[in-house]
Amino acid sequence: MIDKETVEYVANLARIELKKEEANMLSGQLGDILGFIDKLKEVNVDKVLPASHAITVSNVLRGDSPKGPLSAHSVLSNAPLKREKFFLVPKIIE
Amino acid sequence: MNKNLYSLTAHELAVGLNKKEIKSEDIYSALDGRIKESDPKVNAYLRPSKGLSSGGDRITSGIPVAIKDNICTKGFHTQCCSKILEGFIPPYDATVIKRIKESGHSCLELKTNMDEFAFGSSTENSSQGPTHNPWDLNCVPGGSSGGSAAAVASDEAIWALGSDTGGSIRQPASFCGVVGLKPTYGRVSRFGLIAFASSLDQIGPITKDVYDNALLLNIISGYDPNDSTSINLPVPDYTRALGKDVKGLKVGVPKEYFIEGLDPEVKAAVEEAINTLRKMGVEFKEVSLRHTEYAVPVYYIIATAEASSNLARFDGVQYGFRSKDANLIDMYKKTRGEGFGEEAKRRIILGTFALSHGYYDAYYLRALKVRTLIKEDFDILFKELDCILTPTSPTAAFKIGEKVKDPLKMYLSDIYTISANLAGIPGISLPCGLTKNGLPIGLQILAPHFQEEKIFSLAYAYEQNTDWHKLKPKLT
Repeated sequence: MIDKETVEYVANLARIELKKEEANMLSGQLGDILGFIDKLKEVNVDKVLPASHAITVSNVLRGDSPKGPLSAHSVLSNAPLKREKFFLVPKIIE
Repeated sequence: MNKNLYSLTAHELAVGLNKKEIKSEDIYSALDGRIKESDPKVNAYLRPSKGLSSGGDRITSGIPVAIKDNICTKGFHTQCCSKILEGFIPPYDATVIKRIKESGHSCLELKTNMDEFAFGSSTENSSQGPTHNPWDLNCVPGGSSGGSAAAVASDEAIWALGSDTGGSIRQPASFCGVVGLKPTYGRVSRFGLIAFASSLDQIGPITKDVYDNALLLNIISGYDPNDSTSINLPVPDYTRALGKDVKGLKVGVPKEYFIEGLDPEVKAAVEEAINTLRKMGVEFKEVSLRHTEYAVPVYYIIATAEASSNLARFDGVQYGFRSKDANLIDMYKKTRGEGFGEEAKRRIILGTFALSHGYYDAYYLRALKVRTLIKEDFDILFKELDCILTPTSPTAAFKIGEKVKDPLKMYLSDIYTISANLAGIPGISLPCGLTKNGLPIGLQILAPHFQEEKIFSLAYAYEQNTDWHKLKPKLT
């Protein structure tokens, strides 16, 4: 079980606004899921290295050479709000 | 070529195209008619009312491929079946799309239905409504590539692309009676695939038979400098693996996959498949994948953690849906609260929790360590084995609505497919039977990294000795 306050705290970290009933429902469901995941505590992982990838590739480098970028027009073509060559967002600094 | 063109395979159509008996336009118009007739029942495509013939500058060439809604197609809607990407039209093509075009083929501009951001195993979590299984319209087609699998099964597509993070190609292929392959991690470029879990995601073909699957893998495989995890290894002609003698191949059958929870009808069909292959000289051996029971919990930590990070980009600023608020942070929160569906929110929050201060070591780091053990189980077995054979899913397709209220139960339907993503190995699902209710059963074949050829040899040998892949659903 994870309590509603924890759900709301994590939802804030994830920048998601939850309705009251969503937070209640998630608290129960996440509790069940984490209870199931606790199964992993049975496994002895001393001396086991973590695998962040299935096939490890390291130091993938490329030349520092410019390629043709997308045009500003096409980059902005999906913007919900834009002006000239900029994305518009609510005011950040008063 | 007097048969309905839509019911043919790509390799059959290629013969007609080469002999100039048919044109690409003929295939398009056959599919257009078929989609208009069947898709109102199946709902495999998004915006099907648009039809295939509406675009003025449509390029028709070769044999069109149906594309899952999470793969970027320049100039055509791509929204991962999510409200938050509503209206998004990519300004570029994914590498796989580029490769399809370069090979002389083309892509359907209608995208296929999926669980939102590929979060699901039933294609019920879609902002566009659920897809119905062509074999029983009251059942799910599996997921998350349920639209692609159902389109191929119902002859609304000749062949298709899906993506597989924990079984999202293989499980719907199994539920819909078609052939679906998840290639080795790094075999196919992920550039332009809208990311779910970057260390697990792979794009792969969903087709009517094994031959088509090899053909489509030939087209989409290969190194791509735009994907730093794609591997620079030569791409063999996978069709050359078809028809190879399978006598003496060593295949393991993991005992952990044949325990409680496996439907007796599925078990019987897989055992029958083993007998068929044994008669061809394939050598079977019972083996153990000791950490199998931990695959689902490991997956739901790693996949959600990666998803929570990948989906941070959907904030209402650069693309898609934006909610209104005067304050930036509240705008983000409202946009994401209203734009993401229920399962997406559940996974982002679970992943954020697993990565948050105080829980990182207990959940995320531990999951990565158990992932190492799951990988090692396979490494050890593949020292002596060519392939591993299992059921694709513990059951045939379940009813629409049956598992939506119980996310944990839904997660467990991927129990046999998830390990391959964690280990990065390739796996195929191909049809191996029908239940007494007439629902398809899938056989999974796994192989070591970059040994897709072994999978194709074995799958083709099985297919050529059975008729399951020739059965067509009734769409009732």
